[in-house]
Amino acid sequence: MAAIAIPAPKSASPTWHFIRDAFRRHPTAIAGAIVLAAMVLIALLAPWLGTVDPLAVSPIRRLKPPSAEHWFGTDMLGRDVYSRVIYGARVSLAVGLAVAVLATVIGLAIGLVTGYLRWLDAVVMRVMDGLMSIPSVLLAIALIALTTASLRNVIVAIAITEIPRVVRLVRSLVLTLREQPYVEAAVASGTKLPAILLRHILPNTLAPLLVQATYICASAMITEAILSFIGAGTPPNIPSWGNIMAEARSLIQIAGTILLFPGIFLSLTVLSVNLLGDGMRDALDPRLARRM
Amino acid sequence: MFMLRYTLKRLLATIPVMGVVALFVFSLLYISPGDPAAVIAGDIATEEDIARIRAQLGLDQPYFVRFGHWLAGLARGDLGTSIFTKLPVATLISQRIEPTLALTVCTLIVAVSLAVPLGVIAAARAGGWIDRVVMAVSVLGFSVPVFVIAYGLILLFAVRLDWLPVQGYRSLSEGFGPFIQHMILPSVALGIVYMALIARITRATMLDVLAQDYVRTATAKGLAPSTVLTRHALKNAAVPIVTIIGIGVALLIGGVVVTETVFAIPGLGRLTVDAILRRDYPIIQGITLLFSAVYVLVNLLVDLSYSLFDPRIRY
Repeated sequence: MAAIAIPAPKSASPTWHFIRDAFRRHPTAIAGAIVLAAMVLIALLAPWLGTVDPLAVSPIRRLKPPSAEHWFGTDMLGRDVYSRVIYGARVSLAVGLAVAVLATVIGLAIGLVTGYLRWLDAVVMRVMDGLMSIPSVLLAIALIALTTASLRNVIVAIAITEIPRVVRLVRSLVLTLREQPYVEAAVASGTKLPAILLRHILPNTLAPLLVQATYICASAMITEAILSFIGAGTPPNIPSWGNIMAEARSLIQIAGTILLFPGIFLSLTVLSVNLLGDGMRDALDPRLARRM
Repeated sequence: MFMLRYTLKRLLATIPVMGVVALFVFSLLYISPGDPAAVIAGDIATEEDIARIRAQLGLDQPYFVRFGHWLAGLARGDLGTSIFTKLPVATLISQRIEPTLALTVCTLIVAVSLAVPLGVIAAARAGGWIDRVVMAVSVLGFSVPVFVIAYGLILLFAVRLDWLPVQGYRSLSEGFGPFIQHMILPSVALGIVYMALIARITRATMLDVLAQDYVRTATAKGLAPSTVLTRHALKNAAVPIVTIIGIGVALLIGGVVVTETVFAIPGLGRLTVDAILRRDYPIIQGITLLFSAVYVLVNLLVDLSYSLFDPRIRY
């Protein structure tokens, strides 16, 4: 996300020229950044966006269609769907960010060490291969079924499904980097292993990792929604987009709009993160940009 | 001969992977709360009865001994006993496998038969409007979760237009018409993510292949563009495309669980979701193991198919 933060030009050249240029060169990435920024603002400012308590039930006002008072209507307990959707942004973004950070940091640590220590590599990679051959939604379900439903457990379970992919990426980067002359030079001059990993190898893995982290963030938001939707995710007392849709499941024939709003918000958010990731990937590897 | 040796080698290579999966699934069972002995003993059993059953089942043995027993059971097709229904998990799975198999096959057909031609056309007309639409749809496919697509399709085609049933499942034995009617929406909804993935890779690989000298030669000697595209280009792009079809099966399996929930299809996905609500661990672990094995097997077949598409690949 920081990668596209545009440095404010210090000279007299108007800022908006710079923005227009960036837009022209990466229109989709900038659009993604704007939508994502809007979602982050919505999540942070949820209490001040005309919302009411997303948990307040009001049985006399059940299943009202969208109106001036309830922009997205009310659900079967009379809760305001607009407020629930707005507060739901917090859950999705928090899960996306937390999983991306957790999976990237842990995957990076494992990948760095295994990529460099050959004797460890074979064992760790077999374990990663095994984990990767369990379809990630099922792996997350199996993990969550063992624990009580909580946001923290959801984050940990999704992160575990994403770690093997990070390890693979980091390991493959390390395998090429360790053959580089500057690493050989560092080894020859007696640099200790931790210093080689942290000073010479780690910095060169960060750019591709940032791209990977963006995709993990997007996929984690989808997985959270899927888990909540099938009743194995965020506990029902927290309004998340997946939960809102799960509760509206039986109402499809009479109040389909309740399903529509969280669906649109979720898709827009994931799309914005994916576009941002694509933009960063293209910036990193212009050759790939033409093909994908 | 080469083929045989390669097949054996690949088969052997799947053993450690499946071993890790089995160990993992067993560990989940091992640490899961609940006592299988108490389940089997029933409600009126005494403490001593349960202890006796536990000893009989070997549940009082150490971790690796139990893992060995469990593996031996697996070899006999024993996946454990459901906590809730007290039926063997293998029986429950075999009762529910048909709808899931039908959904998966239909989705595969829908996704592959649409994605490959779309990817080829997009690459042949790179930069044109078809290309842009295909790329846009493929980005959307990665961003819109399967249940959102599913509800969008239901609201439009089932609720608003009333062309297709909202949900439910009809077995093929009840006639082809009702079967297909109930399969269209689920397989399209589930197929879109998969389609996005395949179309994207097909387009990228085709772009690479179309830049090759032999494609230029084929065009220069006056072959019809369609012949060049299918006979010369697509055939050479087949390996990465088949690979992504295999890898994408993981997406498909995860999506099946959700799609069956949305469309009330009584398959393995529904079984999983019901098991989550009842905390029926043996079912969850049994299905996880089964799906992982299918995934590994599909990718083994994909590996073996390479030499079919590209005779240069010899092992």
